[in-house]
Amino acid sequence: MTKWNLIVKVGRCENCNNCVIASRDEHVGNDFPGYAAPAEAVGDSLIRIQRRVQGSAPMVETTYLPVMCNHCDNAPCMARAGDAIRKRDDGIIIIDPVKAKGRKDIVKSCPYGAIVWNEEQQLPQTWIFDAHLLDQGARVPRCQQSCPTEVFEAVKLDDAAMQKKVVAEGLRPLRPELNTRPRVWYAGMDRWTTCFIGGSVSHEADGLIDCTKGAEVRLIRDGSILSTTLTDDFGDFQFKGLIGDGSAYRVEASHAMGTAVQTCELTDSVYLGELRLT
Amino acid sequence: MARPAMSKLSSTMKRQALRTILFALPKVMNLKASRLPAFSESLRQRDIVAWIGLQDESIGRLLEIRDGRFRARTGKASEAELTMTFRDVATALKMLSPNRDQGDIIHAAKNFNVVTTGPDDLVIWFAQTLNMNDTAGLPMGTLMRDGSRRFTTCTNGGPLFVYVKDGKILRVTPIEYDKNDPESWVIEARGRKFSPPRRGLVAPHALAMKSMVYSDKRILHPMKRVDFDPDGERNPQNRGKSGYVQITWDEALDIVSKEINRQKRVHGPGSITFPMSSHHMWGNVGYYLSSLMRFANLIGFTRVAANPDSWEGWYWGAMHHYGNSMRIGVPAGYGGVEDALKEAEMIVFWSCDPESTNGAYAGFEGTPRRLWAKELGIEFVHIDPHNNPTAQLLGGRWLPVRPQTDAALAQAIMYVWVTEGLYDKDYVASRTTGFDDWKAYLLGETDGIAKTPEWQEAETGVPARDVRALARKWGGRKVYLAVGMTGAGFGGAGRGATGTQWARCMVQMMAMQGWGKPGVNFGALQIGAPNDLHFYFPGYADGGISGELLWTGNAVNNYQRMPHILTMNPVKQMVPRQQLPDAILTGQATGYLWDGISQEAQFAPFTYPMPGYSPIHMIYRYGGSSMSTVTRSGRWIDAYRHESIEFVVNQSIWMEGEAQFADIILPACTQLERWDIGEWCNSGGYAHHGTSLVNHRVITMQHKCIEPLGESRSDYDIFTAILSRLGLGAVFTEGCSELDWVKRVFDSSDLPDHVSWKAFCRKGYHMVAPAKESLRAPVDMRWFAEGRNKDLPEPHPLPSQFAEKFGTGLQTPSGKFEFLPELFRRHTSDNPERQPLNHYIPSWEGMRNTELASRYPMQLIATHSRYSFHTHADGKNSAINQIEDHRALIAGHRFWLLRLNPADAAARGIGHRDLVKVYNDRGAVICATDITPLVAPGVLKSYEASAEYQMVEVAGETVEIGGCLNLLTSDRPQVRGTSSMAPNSCLVEIEKWANADVFRQARAA
Repeated sequence: MTKWNLIVKVGRCENCNNCVIASRDEHVGNDFPGYAAPAEAVGDSLIRIQRRVQGSAPMVETTYLPVMCNHCDNAPCMARAGDAIRKRDDGIIIIDPVKAKGRKDIVKSCPYGAIVWNEEQQLPQTWIFDAHLLDQGARVPRCQQSCPTEVFEAVKLDDAAMQKKVVAEGLRPLRPELNTRPRVWYAGMDRWTTCFIGGSVSHEADGLIDCTKGAEVRLIRDGSILSTTLTDDFGDFQFKGLIGDGSAYRVEASHAMGTAVQTCELTDSVYLGELRLT
Repeated sequence: MARPAMSKLSSTMKRQALRTILFALPKVMNLKASRLPAFSESLRQRDIVAWIGLQDESIGRLLEIRDGRFRARTGKASEAELTMTFRDVATALKMLSPNRDQGDIIHAAKNFNVVTTGPDDLVIWFAQTLNMNDTAGLPMGTLMRDGSRRFTTCTNGGPLFVYVKDGKILRVTPIEYDKNDPESWVIEARGRKFSPPRRGLVAPHALAMKSMVYSDKRILHPMKRVDFDPDGERNPQNRGKSGYVQITWDEALDIVSKEINRQKRVHGPGSITFPMSSHHMWGNVGYYLSSLMRFANLIGFTRVAANPDSWEGWYWGAMHHYGNSMRIGVPAGYGGVEDALKEAEMIVFWSCDPESTNGAYAGFEGTPRRLWAKELGIEFVHIDPHNNPTAQLLGGRWLPVRPQTDAALAQAIMYVWVTEGLYDKDYVASRTTGFDDWKAYLLGETDGIAKTPEWQEAETGVPARDVRALARKWGGRKVYLAVGMTGAGFGGAGRGATGTQWARCMVQMMAMQGWGKPGVNFGALQIGAPNDLHFYFPGYADGGISGELLWTGNAVNNYQRMPHILTMNPVKQMVPRQQLPDAILTGQATGYLWDGISQEAQFAPFTYPMPGYSPIHMIYRYGGSSMSTVTRSGRWIDAYRHESIEFVVNQSIWMEGEAQFADIILPACTQLERWDIGEWCNSGGYAHHGTSLVNHRVITMQHKCIEPLGESRSDYDIFTAILSRLGLGAVFTEGCSELDWVKRVFDSSDLPDHVSWKAFCRKGYHMVAPAKESLRAPVDMRWFAEGRNKDLPEPHPLPSQFAEKFGTGLQTPSGKFEFLPELFRRHTSDNPERQPLNHYIPSWEGMRNTELASRYPMQLIATHSRYSFHTHADGKNSAINQIEDHRALIAGHRFWLLRLNPADAAARGIGHRDLVKVYNDRGAVICATDITPLVAPGVLKSYEASAEYQMVEVAGETVEIGGCLNLLTSDRPQVRGTSSMAPNSCLVEIEKWANADVFRQARAA
């Protein structure tokens, strides 16, 4: 039995919102009996894009994360809704546009905040994976069709094959600790969850300050060197993939022009600024 | 073929042929009608009697349409309601032949060899009905399995499929190419092959089309301001305050046409003006340079001469260093995609954010190419006060420059190149003039100030060490310099007080680096895809149906390819667009021309009013974008209410912007409710070969997908109805419906060589096969770098404009790149703001302006919006309006966003998504904040072109809540002696809005 899964490639989203608009276009003014009642022209979007900005000028990194109904296999909304929500054999979750009438309580049942309340229709609504289009032979949902950077990849696989893909490609669902078993998977989630420590190394020569290229920079925690890197043409360095757990870090830069040291406690990504070699 | 055969006939036989045709005509028509229900239905609309024959009445018949059927009988012309008479048999046979040539028809009409008489509306109906021959009953679009029909359209942001069922638009989707379409181009670079996706990567505003069509802000009926009485008190002072009452179309058209005649009679030529805006809708027939221009020409009007708002610094500055007046001073971009992918080592994005500006119309077509560059390891640098969406997507070093100080940064880079020998000395020696003077300036020999990285740091806020590092990295590598929306020109930095300085620096830098050599050029992989640019299809600026030869690109190709009756505006008086309100308020204005033909036209001033013409007393406005797109736009309010303005008519799709200042409002429909034809990203004109921005050239039938909503009508229909009341409808339409014009545009292009009209109507689009690899366009400026004759397929410089021989050298007086332009030496040496030497002059509204900066310490830059296209798709409760990074929903109102640095927010106690008042002496606008480290300290980053203009009074305070930030910008030209604008030089203060709670409570109540 093959089922639908959606893979979201995190670093490729540029927040163009084509997926958001395509989903609104699909549902505003359109009634798809058995799938979804018309969405509100001015209501919340079924697909949303979250933003994370790390660092500060000039070293910043921005990541966008499209989020929508996860079509969980262990869906909290279904536990709440009784027969107002059903799961199809292909994994897609449908909030029944008739049975769910007036059920505002369902909105809060989703730990991901993926259910939107439609005031006009008095209905909880979600992104339905464009099930109505897939059922008519569409190959991909509209978010994938409208995305310029190929963020989305809808795949229909049996669960075992999907699990293999999850392992091979390092895919992760949102908040796995909830054990909701989402069918929406994220590739490259490190960019969303981890932190960096960066800085710019410089030195003085002939009365002028210059960027130091090729300085060796060491990242040290608890007295041991975690990583070493070299600065680029702008004297910039960056250590990625760190956990923002408040740990104390020490950064040491060395070069023929001198050495420099900085320390920080890492809760979120940090640009240390200029490290002047002396 | 009918014509050659006919020409061999003897004179007697020709007369007999004409008699036969006239005899057979009703039978043929009735046969058609029996086969084509639409034609038959149209015939039933009216009963008429027409006489068709020779002017001497020696041959002719009465043709009658009654109860939907044609009949013919003998009779006299005087018995008919309308006549169509031919001067001679030869003309008659040409006109009545089934394969008639459009050139013959137009020639006959222009020279009175065919004359039509009768009531104007009847003549138009008769001609349009006969034309249905060609168009009625054609299958339009593709029937889908679910019973819907798939139509096509093209928008400002790309081509779409439009699915319609039961007269309602279901959805719009990006166009997807099928296996019958030509194969895509392939670029081989560094051992890899790249080919674009087989679908249109369209812009967000394109996908929002349906939401705009069904917007609750649509104007669905003609309306009259309640206290406007055309025959009594007109109350101009109440414009923008009073409400409206619905009137009938007949009432509206009567008022407008009577007023046009009254204006002509009472004031004479020049009293009517038609301020025209671009980008309202796509399509060669309905575009403003097409139908509106034709309409306006037939009435006569004071031209509102546009400033080159997209180009500015390039036109008034950079152009004089190297020419390219045909492109308003920006580089051409030919071959840039392949060259950059193959050769470039680094791309420096300078005031360049193609992920937001989309090369204007190209959606995200350039995005995959930039991602290819990233995969190839090409490095990126971003110079911008904002770590913009392009920088966010691609990564790379960011140099957050203080707004309007870019020229200082550029000069410091050039200083390093000079002092460290990091420039192309041979190129400079052989291809340029004046470098020694420029070098002396950089070194401080001219003014005592060496333009060192340390010198620029105080101006730009960019550390000297970063500038030195960038200069060294750049000087030793093959670098593409990406500027503005195409990567090869335009850009927000060119739209401020120092815009000319910046644009001049950009070309000077490239000249120092060997502009045109492999991997050394302008571009952001946004322009210069290897499409077949030689396939002819006209762009929107190529005149369309306007008949206007001087103010569109019509004369270049379109006028010959699509014979039509030329039209002319008899009024020579002009008013500069940025000064239109002042012209109304003070009665005077001076402007300088935007002209693509020469470098010199811009040096001559023109003044308003012009002797012999009336001042402006009537405004016929098309759309309503002025409030948010013209600088210091509060001037418009006073101008609209000025007593000299006797009549304001606004023809708009949505109730927004300045529509609410009109006396009469005419409801227009969207492009999905009328016929049109257009090619993706083909603007033509000054963006000659602009289709190299997209991955596949796609020409679309723009189907009439649904009937116009409410009582709205197409612009063309409205113009026809007004002109019919002036007896000009037949001249305007040439007897054609919009669909007939679409067919004429189709016939005028190279399309018929590749696809039949019928197949085009059904499939809805045609993809042009890419150029064979051996026939791809050469790289821009390569010929110049290599000292060869020019080999680019562009028509300018004009043959007269080469310094030595035709095709040799640049357009400049020397034929070389001029570091100190000769034209500035000749024409503006007495103007301290337009000197041959590109001095760094701090912005007249920047941080060096200390008195003003002490009161208004924040620099506001409002660039092109990311999700809407200027005012198009903003507001209207569109899908775009619901995007969280476009507007913020607070207290039931969607506020325009203002991005600022956490430090500036903290200093003012401002939080994320707070309502703030941004203000200066010119006004106050309420926005919602986005607090982000992506904006340099001291900078407020927002967008121009809010569609909404909403002045409200809250607790005695008058503020604007739509987001019209141009209320705050200066109307001073960038540099004296030009008609340029500088909206990105704007000092403001920002504070938490004290009346936010009052506003919230009022909204909640």
